[in-house]
Amino acid sequence: MAHSGDVDTSITSSDSAGSGRWDDQYIILRRLAQSKLALGGTIYVALFVIIGIIAPLITPHDPMAQNYDALNQAPSLAHPFGTDNYGRDVFSRVLYGTRYALLLGIVIIGIQMIVGVGLGLIAGYYEGYVETVIMRIVDISLSIPGIVLALAIAGMLGGGLLPLIVAISLVGWRGFTRIVRGDVKSVIEEDYIEAARSSGVPDRWIILKHILPNVSSSIIVYATLTMPTVILWSAALSFLGMGVHPPTPEWGALIADGRGDLQSAWWISTFPGFAIMATIIAFNAIGDGLRDALDPKQAR
Amino acid sequence: MIPVMLGVTVVISSIVYAAPGNPARLALGDGASPEAVAQLEQEMGLNQPAHIRYFDWMAGVLQGDLGTSIQSGRAVSTLIIERLGPTLELALVAMALTIIIAIPLGVISAVRQYSWVDNTSMFFAIFWLSMPSFWLGLILIYLFAVRWQFFPVSGREGLIFTFTWWSFILLPAIATGTRRAGLLTRLMRSSMLEILNEDYIRTARGKGIGSKAVIYTHGMKNALIPVVTLIGLQVPLIFSGTVIIEVVFSWPGMGRLLVDAVLQRDYPVVQGTILVYSVIVMVANFGVDIAYTYLDPRIDYS
Repeated sequence: MAHSGDVDTSITSSDSAGSGRWDDQYIILRRLAQSKLALGGTIYVALFVIIGIIAPLITPHDPMAQNYDALNQAPSLAHPFGTDNYGRDVFSRVLYGTRYALLLGIVIIGIQMIVGVGLGLIAGYYEGYVETVIMRIVDISLSIPGIVLALAIAGMLGGGLLPLIVAISLVGWRGFTRIVRGDVKSVIEEDYIEAARSSGVPDRWIILKHILPNVSSSIIVYATLTMPTVILWSAALSFLGMGVHPPTPEWGALIADGRGDLQSAWWISTFPGFAIMATIIAFNAIGDGLRDALDPKQAR
Repeated sequence: MIPVMLGVTVVISSIVYAAPGNPARLALGDGASPEAVAQLEQEMGLNQPAHIRYFDWMAGVLQGDLGTSIQSGRAVSTLIIERLGPTLELALVAMALTIIIAIPLGVISAVRQYSWVDNTSMFFAIFWLSMPSFWLGLILIYLFAVRWQFFPVSGREGLIFTFTWWSFILLPAIATGTRRAGLLTRLMRSSMLEILNEDYIRTARGKGIGSKAVIYTHGMKNALIPVVTLIGLQVPLIFSGTVIIEVVFSWPGMGRLLVDAVLQRDYPVVQGTILVYSVIVMVANFGVDIAYTYLDPRIDYS
């Protein structure tokens, strides 16, 4: 099943709790493959990853090469998405943009996941004042509109790739914490946790070996469904000039590039937008498919 | 609510405190003498430790004084009050458009599940959901303002609710609300589907109550409960969304004030606007709690 390769590994890698889960996973993958939307999304994302990796090999032009003989040219065979106000090939730049979307998405979600899942596990397992403190911090961060906070952080740090990553990571972890804490609360009631606790298994072991695998499915679904937000926010901040700076071919920055030439060269801003849209549709489709496959009761 | 609000003020102050760069130097420009910079630092209280700066700022906030803008020298509260109106207008019109489109579309899609209405609206919902709002804004400007010239390109003119005002607000409101409308349509549909499968709906139908009456009196009100939650959750997102749309459409609201202030490192204005956005979110959440008790009498907060 080559088409669902990345999803496949993400589920199996979280397995560790015994042989019965293999059958469950088979069923989950079968259900996932049955959803045409999720399948389409997975194929798209696989392509997206491949394009991101091999971008230098397949782009017809150098994305940074300026060509003053070919300014603002309409889409043609030589330049499928046209050229921009420096004569750069928009198609090559959009393909390169895949790299930034991929990099930002993976790094930011990775950080959010480590921080958010860690705090969620601690809050759910240790109750009492530790939980109160963590959940209060979550409440506080939920009271500030996310993009407003991210924009202020990235902008105050002066913009650029690193500030962008810091800003969106700092704002987004809270979702993971909420979800994981809720799930831990229900898992912790199970007899086998009680048994492990009373037989003196260390807390760290219980959390990592018995609780984490049982909450991993909602983490995976949430991470997939967060990807669109991260891509949109990075693009939005770059568009505002607080994220990745031009001339870097990031999708949001590409849209900003064409803003001044909208009247004479609509293609500069339009095509990167379609790239963002297609990517978001794909991740949403996978996320929805995964959610339905993992929890058929919610399927609709 | 009050401890959370206090936490918010701490977060806001620490962003500004942690940011690199010296605001006094930025305000005076590169040519300023070290003495002048030192004096301005003294006046702005920048040489105080973090907690003293925080308490000074808080003492002002509690009295309605959010400080003075470094760039314009005007009171931050005045700047925000000037800009609050346009932002509220934009957010409310976007919200209203979202609800007007999403709720009927969601209900019809559920009642005629898998019909062409359902398929078409779900197709559009996915598209709407996936569009970057600032990009949609640019496309709308290009098509409706530049090419066909139905609407003005950007800005805000005219008295509220006049024809001119509508012509200026409509495009930015659509750009702000589209993503939300996609989400809300999908949620309304699934919520309605769930309710239509409930026993009491079947009973009502079995007793011969007309299907329109069943849908609207028995179904809608119950299906609206999760939707109200989502609308409540959308309020902060709509306000967040207005920030970037205000920049795209040169809408003179708080979002543009914030973006300009961040770019110019106008710290007091940044602090003040984030604070006001947070208050709006909290008030909205409170409003959702009240709406619940009305829609579902079983929920009781006392």
